Amino acid sequence: MNSATNGRTVNTDLLQVDDLGKRFGGFVALENIALSVPAGERLGLIGPNGSGKSTLVNCICGTLRNEQGVVRFNGRQLDGLAAHQRTRLGLARSFQLPRPFASLSLADNIRIPLLYTVAARGTVKSVHEIEGRCADLLHEVGLEEKSRRLPRDLTQVEMRKLELARAMASEPKLLIADESMAGLTHSEIEEILTLLVRLNERGVTIILIEHIMRAVMSFSRRLVVLVSGRKIADGVPDDVMRNPEVERAYLG
Amino acid sequence: MTVRTPTFLLICLIVVVAVFAASVAIGNDYVFFAGYVILQYVVLSTAWNILGGYCGYVNFGTAGFFALGAYSTVAIYKFTTGDDASFPISVSIPVLMLVGGVVSGVIGFGMGYLTLRLRGAFFSIATLALAVVLETLVVNWDYVGGSRGAYIIRPEEIAPIGNYIRYLFLIMMLLAVAAITVARLIEHSRLGYGFATIRDDELAAEASGVPTLRLKLIATTISGALMGMAGAPFPYYISYLQPDSTFALDYAVNSIAMPLIGGTTTWAGPLIGAILLGSLQQIATVTISSAVNLLLVGCLLVGFVIVAPNGIVGLVRSYWQRKPEEFVGRRRIDADAPGSVP
Repeated sequence: MNSATNGRTVNTDLLQVDDLGKRFGGFVALENIALSVPAGERLGLIGPNGSGKSTLVNCICGTLRNEQGVVRFNGRQLDGLAAHQRTRLGLARSFQLPRPFASLSLADNIRIPLLYTVAARGTVKSVHEIEGRCADLLHEVGLEEKSRRLPRDLTQVEMRKLELARAMASEPKLLIADESMAGLTHSEIEEILTLLVRLNERGVTIILIEHIMRAVMSFSRRLVVLVSGRKIADGVPDDVMRNPEVERAYLG
Repeated sequence: MTVRTPTFLLICLIVVVAVFAASVAIGNDYVFFAGYVILQYVVLSTAWNILGGYCGYVNFGTAGFFALGAYSTVAIYKFTTGDDASFPISVSIPVLMLVGGVVSGVIGFGMGYLTLRLRGAFFSIATLALAVVLETLVVNWDYVGGSRGAYIIRPEEIAPIGNYIRYLFLIMMLLAVAAITVARLIEHSRLGYGFATIRDDELAAEASGVPTLRLKLIATTISGALMGMAGAPFPYYISYLQPDSTFALDYAVNSIAMPLIGGTTTWAGPLIGAILLGSLQQIATVTISSAVNLLLVGCLLVGFVIVAPNGIVGLVRSYWQRKPEEFVGRRRIDADAPGSVP
């Protein structure tokens, strides 16, 4: 299951970001970001609002183009690849604000990455297989009873689950969950966390971007802190939280 | 709901035969003249809907693609017919349609490539500009008649159908079947799902592995090609082709209004919209005046946007989909709401 052992490049990090920089006009959104994520990692990415977390995700996933630096995934340089090509390589993301396909049923929402990513890789062939996986995924996130409903019929937490299920459907090696728990209750956060942990145990590397510290601390084995487009800390969560620079950034 | 394609084609064939036989039975060739226009709109609105309805990219340039088809026919006609023809052979209507389709398809692809990074209103304005550019080119191209227009002498009769207008009517009906079949195939395929994701959210589509740019190019090419095919026989229908009438606003407006009135998410929408609105326009032309057509479109469009924003298909569907369980669900929520009587 572990991609680092059966990939082309053994002992290389699954995701490697070197000297990444991104500007919006005169505003420096990201500067000299270096990040390496080994396969199987549970990484928490935190930082105040506007610190560049989502911009980093967008640069890694190909939604935005970085002016500077290199992103490597599974030993392959990603620069110049469109977002959908990166998804097909095994890099999935969920969005900060859920972006379901509003006119498609839940089952069809899940079916899209199955049709366009998994089937494009050639690992599934038959329609039955796709239907089966679709049902499995909906069952896993507990939405099977609403499979024929439209996303507008969902509650907040169900919408988040759909967003995750759709990202999972592309069978990623790396999943970047961008604030999957914002606005949820305590028990709902637990549900999402359980889902992510289970996914990680199956070998999926996960980067969790989150403001809810309790969730980040319980999930992450490693923590990266961004402030004003720079990485100020990277390490074991407890150490990172004791870092005076991090304390200053968070407590002012 | 899921009729297999061969069965669907068989049903279409039966309808074609029935409509043609009924039109012949009426015994008045005006039926064919009016019917041709309606069928032409079935093709145009189905073609528009592939890009506009399925992908959500509103194209104001229908007239441009339609006219490209028509003027490629004129060019071929000049090239092959008459005393000063460079290459005297006889070219049949289906071949002209293919040529018109290829020309418009290529331009559709080009337009897609140049403009699809634009979204929303900006894309629409670019398509409008394309139609204006094409009209300017045609007006200044003497070979196809320029601003004076071009005469096409159509044969009186054709064996075994008889009157030529009947032949054109039949051809347009077959093209309509072809267009609807293409739209229907897209709708039930992976491509159709991909188009729907583009309409809903392109960012999420890309994140799910959908190659949005390639799909949009496929849509503009198919849509443009079908519009060009609809335009190719038009010079033979009208006999005298001039830029003003070929690039008319009517085509752009109708091909948008018809799918909107019928419903944009399925192949049936443009078909219903085109038959309904097209027939109304033909009746209005005969009974009131041909100038009232666009007014009619405007009024109906306003009405539908208010009453049935998802068109006739949406109206029917929402009526059918009110299953008991959903009602129960809503009632329960209503009963829980503060101030409601349980």
